Amino acid sequence: MSEIFGVPVAALMGQLMLGLVNGSFYAMLSLGLAVIFGMLNIINFAHGALYMMGAFLAWMGLTYWGIGYGTALILVPIAVGVFGVAIERTLLQWIYKLDHLYGLLLTFGLALVIEGVFRYQFGVSGKPYGIPEPLTGAFNLGFMFLPKYRAWAICVSLTVCLATWFMIERTRLGAYLRAATENPQLTQALGINVPLMVMLTYGFGVGLAGLAGVLAAPTFQVSPLMGSNLIIVVFAVVVIGGMGSILGSIVTGIGLGIIEGLSKVFYPEASSVVVFVIMAVVLILRPAGLFGRDS
Amino acid sequence: MPVSRDRLTVIGYGVGLAALLFAPHVFYPVLVMKVLCFSLFACAFNLLLGYAGLLSFGHAAFFGVAAYVAGHALKVWGLPAPIGLLAGTLAAAVLGWVFGSLAIRRQGIYFAMITLALAQMMYFAFIQARFTGGEDGLQGVPRGSLFGVANLADDMNLYYFVLAICAFGFWLIHRTIHSPFGQVLKAIRENEPRAISLGYDVARYKLLAFVLSAALAGLAGATKTLVFTFASLTDADWQMSGEVVLMTLVGGLGTVFGPVVGAAAIVTLEDQLADKVGSLVSVIMGSIFVVCVLLFRRGIVGELQALYRRITGSR
Repeated sequence: MSEIFGVPVAALMGQLMLGLVNGSFYAMLSLGLAVIFGMLNIINFAHGALYMMGAFLAWMGLTYWGIGYGTALILVPIAVGVFGVAIERTLLQWIYKLDHLYGLLLTFGLALVIEGVFRYQFGVSGKPYGIPEPLTGAFNLGFMFLPKYRAWAICVSLTVCLATWFMIERTRLGAYLRAATENPQLTQALGINVPLMVMLTYGFGVGLAGLAGVLAAPTFQVSPLMGSNLIIVVFAVVVIGGMGSILGSIVTGIGLGIIEGLSKVFYPEASSVVVFVIMAVVLILRPAGLFGRDS
Repeated sequence: MPVSRDRLTVIGYGVGLAALLFAPHVFYPVLVMKVLCFSLFACAFNLLLGYAGLLSFGHAAFFGVAAYVAGHALKVWGLPAPIGLLAGTLAAAVLGWVFGSLAIRRQGIYFAMITLALAQMMYFAFIQARFTGGEDGLQGVPRGSLFGVANLADDMNLYYFVLAICAFGFWLIHRTIHSPFGQVLKAIRENEPRAISLGYDVARYKLLAFVLSAALAGLAGATKTLVFTFASLTDADWQMSGEVVLMTLVGGLGTVFGPVVGAAAIVTLEDQLADKVGSLVSVIMGSIFVVCVLLFRRGIVGELQALYRRITGSR
């Protein structure tokens, strides 16, 4: 069995793995967007820019300061998270009472600023980030070669996604978070520091984006434009899945990544638009999204 | 008060038109035409956001599709300029109908994300389609002539043609806003459930507003192709969608003249900055976005109106 529908199995599996990598990034980013939207009522347009920033910080760490991949994997999400907290304190906290649309416009402006700064500093060409030593090479599974780094990236993202789900749905902190999402005033009245939680939620959400950026650095080229291309696809993922369910965002993100990967094998011309087409179909058949409560 | 305010509006229109008739003798005509095209684009966008409360983050798709279709009609089919513009506008209206039917199924923030995603889909389609010229775009589109009467290759002739088109567009928007249809749109923006309970078919009103806005954005895009003699991917990318949002925001959301002022301000600023700061221009635009949302939500015209009201002491 070396071919399926006239496509070599190795090529099929290769694209499938790449689709899974992409899908797990979609899952991480849409998860962050959903959690942030729940608490702040803001769709964070800067999410893509902060993902790009994560990848760039990893690259800068390695290039300028000799910080390796392992350290970056821990430090960079924290740095991006702290940056997010600073954004929340200085800018976002003033607009919570306004129409949701202003949040989108403000974070869109932020995305332009962040992307513009990196483009000014580093130009638009991609920067290569070598795969760290123990993760180079591939496992030979008999029917295909599985690059170790891709397997690692998928495992880390899935673990982080599931840990986030566990934290929100199964722990006390998560219960506070869900309560504050449902009714901030009442939660505050019960003695929980909601503004602090809002701040940390934003920091955590963009920290996830930063982590996705570090994971992406060795797979894709590090470029200032990598974020804006991704965020629009992630928006489509969010529309398809709806933001009502954490597990729903994860499943939708990974599913769409796989479909996108498969379309690269069977009909490459459509691979860049397939997610948007699915979005249109979902809007016709199930306007509230696959896992969405009615908006 | 209403009488003097109406008179003020008429005087405002008169002065504006006179200034525009005279403008190409003072400024570089192509720059003024660019301002006019983007003014129409921003006004079309504002019709949707300012009056119907729908934030479309995908208006570049309509601007771009019309730019390409008009360019193709003029260059490949050799059609006269007005027919080319009409073809572009029609294409944008059809696309607007498709996008609108999909996007109005969701509200608020989702509406913005859906329009953005659909526009990105069109962007990728434009990269791959053959008639758009892919990465190169359509270059050297002939301006042609106005049914053999006036040669549009001449900047001055073209200017008055473009001015007439834009004046028509503004007139149409002005009529729409002040018609019963416009009043229903405002009602939907203010309180959608109430509009539904009053018996209005809200979805149809939204869709019609969306198609009208898309068609006018298309007219602006097609006219832009005529002015610059090219259509490219820049016309259809997400930064273009963001730019028209910024113009409207800077000028004043939901004001009649705001988008015109905003477009003039942003186009002039970009023109001045282009060769001085290079890629920092997006940092500056982004910062203007942030400042506008935080401190300056009424925009230039909105602030002036508020000031005027404070001075005259009316409402």
